Amino acid sequence: MTRNARWIWAAVLGLPLLAFACWGIWDNERLFFVTLLNGLTLASLYFIVASGFTLVFGLMRNVNLAHGSLYLLGGYVGYFVAEWSGYYVLALAVGFLAAALVGLVMQVAVFRFMQGEELRQTMVTIGLSIVMADLMLWIVSAQVHQMSAPDWLLGPIRDLPIIRAYSKFRISLLVIGVIIGVLLWLFLNRTRVGMMIRAGVDDRAMLAATGVNVNLVFAITFAIGAGLAGFGGVIGAVELSMVPGEDVRLLLACLIVVIVGGMGSVVGAAIGATILGVAETFGLAYTPTYSVVFTFVILVLVLAFRPRGILGRPA
Amino acid sequence: MNGRKALVGALSIAVAGALSGAAFAQQPPIKIGLLATLEGPFAAGGADGMRGAELALKQKNGMAGGRQIVIIKASSDAKPDVAVNATRKLVEQDKVDIMVGPLSGGEGIAVKEYSKTQPTITFINGSSGAQATTLVDPSPNFFRFNTEGAQWMVGLGKATLAKGYKRAMVIAEDYAFPYSQVQGFMSEYCRLGGKVPVKAWVPLGGKDYSSVIARIPKDVDALVVVLGGADAVNFLNQYEAAGGDKPLVGGSITVSQDILNYKGKRRDSLVGTIAGAPIADAYDAPEFKAFVADYQKNYPVSAGGYPSPSLFALVYYINMKAALDGLDAVNGDLSGGQAKYREALAKMTLKTPVGDVKLDGNRQAIGTTFITEVVKDAQGNLFNKVLSKVDGVDQLLGMKKEDFKIGSRDEPSCP
Amino acid sequence: MSAAQWRHAMNAGAGRLAMGRRVPAPAATVRVPGATPAERRYLSLLAHIKARHVVVLLFVLAYPMFATPFLTYQIGAQSLALGLIVLSLTFLGGSGGMISLAQMSVAGVAGYMLAIFGSSGEPAISFGWPWWVAATIAVVIAIAAGTAVGWLSVRTEGIYTIMITLAVGVAFYHLCLQNYSIFNGFQGFQRVYAPTILGINFRDPMPFYYLALGCALGGYFLVKYVLRSPFGIALEGIRNNARRMNALGFAVTAHRVAAYAFAALLAAIGGLLFTWYNGLITPNSVGTSWLINVLIIAILGGLRHPIGPFIGAIVFVLLQNFAIDLIDRERFNLVIGGVFLAIVLFSPDGLIGIWATVKSKLITQRGGKS
Repeated sequence: MTRNARWIWAAVLGLPLLAFACWGIWDNERLFFVTLLNGLTLASLYFIVASGFTLVFGLMRNVNLAHGSLYLLGGYVGYFVAEWSGYYVLALAVGFLAAALVGLVMQVAVFRFMQGEELRQTMVTIGLSIVMADLMLWIVSAQVHQMSAPDWLLGPIRDLPIIRAYSKFRISLLVIGVIIGVLLWLFLNRTRVGMMIRAGVDDRAMLAATGVNVNLVFAITFAIGAGLAGFGGVIGAVELSMVPGEDVRLLLACLIVVIVGGMGSVVGAAIGATILGVAETFGLAYTPTYSVVFTFVILVLVLAFRPRGILGRPA
Repeated sequence: MNGRKALVGALSIAVAGALSGAAFAQQPPIKIGLLATLEGPFAAGGADGMRGAELALKQKNGMAGGRQIVIIKASSDAKPDVAVNATRKLVEQDKVDIMVGPLSGGEGIAVKEYSKTQPTITFINGSSGAQATTLVDPSPNFFRFNTEGAQWMVGLGKATLAKGYKRAMVIAEDYAFPYSQVQGFMSEYCRLGGKVPVKAWVPLGGKDYSSVIARIPKDVDALVVVLGGADAVNFLNQYEAAGGDKPLVGGSITVSQDILNYKGKRRDSLVGTIAGAPIADAYDAPEFKAFVADYQKNYPVSAGGYPSPSLFALVYYINMKAALDGLDAVNGDLSGGQAKYREALAKMTLKTPVGDVKLDGNRQAIGTTFITEVVKDAQGNLFNKVLSKVDGVDQLLGMKKEDFKIGSRDEPSCP
Repeated sequence: MSAAQWRHAMNAGAGRLAMGRRVPAPAATVRVPGATPAERRYLSLLAHIKARHVVVLLFVLAYPMFATPFLTYQIGAQSLALGLIVLSLTFLGGSGGMISLAQMSVAGVAGYMLAIFGSSGEPAISFGWPWWVAATIAVVIAIAAGTAVGWLSVRTEGIYTIMITLAVGVAFYHLCLQNYSIFNGFQGFQRVYAPTILGINFRDPMPFYYLALGCALGGYFLVKYVLRSPFGIALEGIRNNARRMNALGFAVTAHRVAAYAFAALLAAIGGLLFTWYNGLITPNSVGTSWLINVLIIAILGGLRHPIGPFIGAIVFVLLQNFAIDLIDRERFNLVIGGVFLAIVLFSPDGLIGIWATVKSKLITQRGGKS
């Protein structure tokens, strides 16, 4: 894209947003900033879950539509661990590990034998998601499970300028999202395994040709991706509560984040999550019955002009 | 597949006939279809509803009108098309004589429409509580012996003003049942001088109340929250986390066990929350206590029952009892397209654990509503105490037909 | 271009992963002395009709005569209407290699437009126009929607299609759920009934069954015809290797979008029938479970042949209705999910594939023995 074209695009997209921001601040500045914070914190949750999804696709070309079920699994496991032990951090860890374990089993027992048959793998993930969702419904029942935040994160932070008070837990979401993002970046760019994963994303056959145990790398990646979904699930259990149906909602959010941000790119997932989170929250706050239209319009625009996503790379 | 059911049915008939002697072997048993949501979010409520219905039959020893009663169960998942398919199977394939169900509002409207195509079968409601089922194009063979969502809020508007809450914000989910609840509340509240400056309709299934909380104006006295118990807990958590401190007024399914077990720091602020409902756990009339005792004896907690019967158990019990009492009134005579049976249903005064129920011209119940308040007992547990009781609540909420408008997103309105 | 990329380009595409569909051989010309070309074509067509075709046709035509109204309506008509919607997915996925999860959404668009332009239980929103006007408008709008979905999806590769169409489908569900001015939100539209034409009430089981049967047969033969046509063969070529077809001069994107439009026609008519069958349309009719159910039925029956969706639909509807007599109906999802998983893992061609395997085993056995 030429420099001029870039400026024109920035203007076309940026000016209406700037105009809206000015109007929003003038109309009700507290509502505007609270909504902005809400959007960013929601985006953190989406980023945590979607980063796992995009990692798995980027390396293994596997669209894991069971990602939502892994989120649900992590959430339920985290809920029960928190109930039993009372420790939030323990629940986070166990949620991550449980989902990672299930993901590992899925990769080693099923997907390993379908390498290259992307369509078939996707079908299998659909079937797995249905079976997992129904098993969880059977075991846990359809009632809503609301995990309570730990005592040190309960309640609001008070006496903030303009917005007066904001939820401690939601701020912690933002912090966790940033930490996970940094950790992922470090993992991918500063460790050997990360280097192998990046190489695999670029050229899988060449990676195998250099003597790397590709199956091991795949298993690790799937486990991490699934674990991230479970980790996000524990956080979601506190913030949004766990109920059958959340898996589909989060899966849809993942899909949109990754389509917008670009498959296989963690930075793209961050960008996509920010766009989706902020758009969804502003839509809910200002035009509740049309909020989904915003999301949809963003999706269509990105697909129409950048079908690979903002930071996507050709397959 | 359903041959097996037929076989079981036939065996039970044979055994019953053999045991009860020649007199009963003359008349075949009456088949009653029972539909509740056993899947999806209302699954627990549906299971309890079925327990309530079966309790009604147990109290009559499985007989009504001198004939054996056989219940055939079906399940749906709160979707209207699934409910109609299940009902059609019960009526056309399993050949039931009477239908009891469904559970949720949208299903009720769809089943009512189906009932118009089967004029010789009598349909009695399960627990569906949408206003439109009996107010808009009612069906001549669809009977509802339970009061609906708007009727459950009569008296709450007055109680809210009595607590000094002159301005309230409504937070409710965006579908028919909350509309009817809000309409029942606001008709009275607005008429008596209350003001509702903002109504926030939350999209169904949405769990993120942050935007709604951000829109709460500073000058409202209370929040009227018409959300399911578990969603209400979610809302309360987010509200507390955002630094909110206004008192709540609850809808009929809001102040349930979920929210009474709330573990957050603002638990004590729940004391004093008022709500309107067709059932109150702490109601001390002897008939109600007998009903609760009977439920607890037949369905102890170890066998999957609740500590105290839920709203669904009571309402299904009432409707099934109506079906059976009607059969008693006509001595089991379902001939002539069940015309005599339906006439008996339309005219009878049903004795229920919470008072007497009669039907109006649209075959809709006129019944009792309770206003409850949350109090703390000696052990520090929260429970619902009965504040007041309103009898003879009809579907027009005491208003004239010209003034009455079915609840919707915009009606009623008093900013 | 790296070696890997070249290999990928040459061998990529859903053709390699497709569920083994083969182009049927062109009709062999029958040698009959003195016959005109038209007569020869007619005779060769006749030669393709086998005994099993006749038996099945007679069975479905005579079915309401010996089946109860319940079986005719709830099992027969529902399977046919559902099968028609799934046929659109089988066509797109089997011949085009594009698995679109938004076919139920397209059918839902047709249903909603029928309710909005025709008469329903919401006089505030519905226009109340005559049924044939509403139905025509509904089909046209649904085809437009399907084409738009196709235009969005064709610029991306095979796997993306599933993701994007799923996202579109779920977004449409949320739109129907949350919008009140057009889609009436959670309630949807009740009382969307089939019309009464020339004194025949199409809400009755037998007339509706024949209506559904007529549309299903029409769709089936139309798909068979299109598959044999140059367009259909080009589509299969594009499925096998889009680069080669592009090099040969075919407009790949245009063909794909046209395929989506044709599939939308099938889905739209199926959607009309399904809405009339239910007598209502709600957001749940286009929710995720139905989107996935359509995929399950398609895979269950097999993507190989246009009869697959109807076989899958019959099995699905039978399970849905009679599973409660065998197992808890609450575990229906587990059963159907398990069956789907088993088929994808072990027999990706679905029931047709199983049938073909059994048949070939029997033939080789017989051949071996004789």
